[in-house]
Amino acid sequence: MHILSTIIEALPYILEGTLVTIVLVAGALSLGFCLGVPMAVAQVYAPRPAAMLVGFYVWFFRGVPVLLLLFLFYYGLFGLIGLDVGTIGASCIVLGMTSAAYQSQIFRGSILSLSAGQLKAGKALGMTNGQTIIHVILPQALRLSIPGWSNEYSILLKDSAMCFALGTPEIMARTHFVASRTYEHLPLYITAGLIYFAITMAGVTMLRRLEQKARIPGYNSAGM
Amino acid sequence: MNAPQNDTPILRAEHFSKYLTGRKILDDCSISMRPGDVKVLIGPSGAGKSTFLQCINCLLEPDEGEIWLGERRVDFKNTRELYDLRQHVGMIFQDFKLFDHLSAENNVALALRKVRGLSKAEALKRAHEELARVGLEDKAKLYPAQLSGGQKQRVAIARALAMDPTILLLDEPTSALDPELVGEVLTVIRDLAARGMPMIMVTHQMEFARAVATEILFMEAGHVIEQGSPEELLAPGAQTRTQDFCTRLYELCGETPVEEG
Ligand SMILES: Nc1ncnc2c1ncn2[C@@H]1O[C@H](COP(=O)(O)OP(=O)(O)OP(=O)(O)O)[C@@H](O)[C@H]1O
Ligand SMILES: [Mg+2]
Repeated sequence: MHILSTIIEALPYILEGTLVTIVLVAGALSLGFCLGVPMAVAQVYAPRPAAMLVGFYVWFFRGVPVLLLLFLFYYGLFGLIGLDVGTIGASCIVLGMTSAAYQSQIFRGSILSLSAGQLKAGKALGMTNGQTIIHVILPQALRLSIPGWSNEYSILLKDSAMCFALGTPEIMARTHFVASRTYEHLPLYITAGLIYFAITMAGVTMLRRLEQKARIPGYNSAGM
Repeated sequence: MNAPQNDTPILRAEHFSKYLTGRKILDDCSISMRPGDVKVLIGPSGAGKSTFLQCINCLLEPDEGEIWLGERRVDFKNTRELYDLRQHVGMIFQDFKLFDHLSAENNVALALRKVRGLSKAEALKRAHEELARVGLEDKAKLYPAQLSGGQKQRVAIARALAMDPTILLLDEPTSALDPELVGEVLTVIRDLAARGMPMIMVTHQMEFARAVATEILFMEAGHVIEQGSPEELLAPGAQTRTQDFCTRLYELCGETPVEEG
């Protein structure tokens, strides 16, 4: 029963890390959302230079490993510009900026799947492009994006484990810390795995609920 | 509607030309609307009817030509004037283009709130009035996907009318509808015409055109090649292109030509 007591002893410590992971994921997803939506809109509707700038951003963040980005920003860039946001803040920013690249492509796909007629209808009523995008295009595109977004959530959650490399006190870092002291690798990593699994399931389930709640009446279960 | 009482045209589109992908789709087309005018655009597929219509509210910007609202020339490069023009000119599309995520009442209310700045309650009140006018007061809470084609088109008409347009453009408003639903939409349009709403309508419903139109414009290959009252153009033996086109249309649709009177 030695194993069990190790786990029980380590659990509060690891659970505190779970909180950090949740903060990381929530922060990164929010940042990714706030950047990703305007990026998607720019890529579809903005003049070529702006669209290309977004394209470059996406190309960069999708083309480089997250781990490298973490080091590049935390040890490199942030030091250079004198930004000190701590490991949690830095992890949030880097994960968020990476997620923005992926999220923007989810939203872009949804926007492109809407008929051009929706924008035309708004314009014909005297609404500006901006008003139509905000009140007509995005409400529909975001609904369509929920399944893809759910996928992004689960990937981001697992990517957050890499913040361990910066010393961010999240699940992985704390589990590793306890395991390296107690040598109970197997049970501890299984515990951490189960925690990741539980958070993934909880989030995915919540998003599926949201998807159902946001469904436009009259459309079939495929969403649109 | 709120049309001037004098004889100044309420809207003039003059010498419109439009190029798309290097081809001249519209070549020097003009139209002038006086209070109460109902003008019907007909012509073969690809003639440029939709293009002409969409140039009038600048959904497509004409490459050449001028738009006049009453005495005022619209500078459609100026976004303020452009949005103002579009508020004056309502548009009905063949495929309705309702906002799919909004109920009928909110489809009508959205632009009232965002363009007119009405409060939510005011906008919904107006929306219900407009929906009642097209006979849909009991469908206010339904979403586009829950409505029939005819009902969708009537919501679209209510949505356009809610903006108090001075003129309405209709691009084949009934051609996407099942035959049994055409009547309910035409009734609404006929009613609008009777109340003096100026309209430019692309349609192949020639009986309707004959009954309601003050003028028919026949378009082909980007030109308006005939223009005149239905009596002139469709008189038996008139030997006009319009007449000829309509005869072929009747043959195609298996309808009987409408006799004079
Ligand atoms: N976006 C576009 N780019 C290039 N060509 C276009 C575009 N839209 C329309 N056209 C061309 O312009 C011509 C006129 O099209 P338009 O839709 O105005 O015709 P129409 O008279 O409304 O025909 P229909 O009765 O089939 O609706 C057609 O030859 C069409 O192929
Ligand atoms: Mg057309």
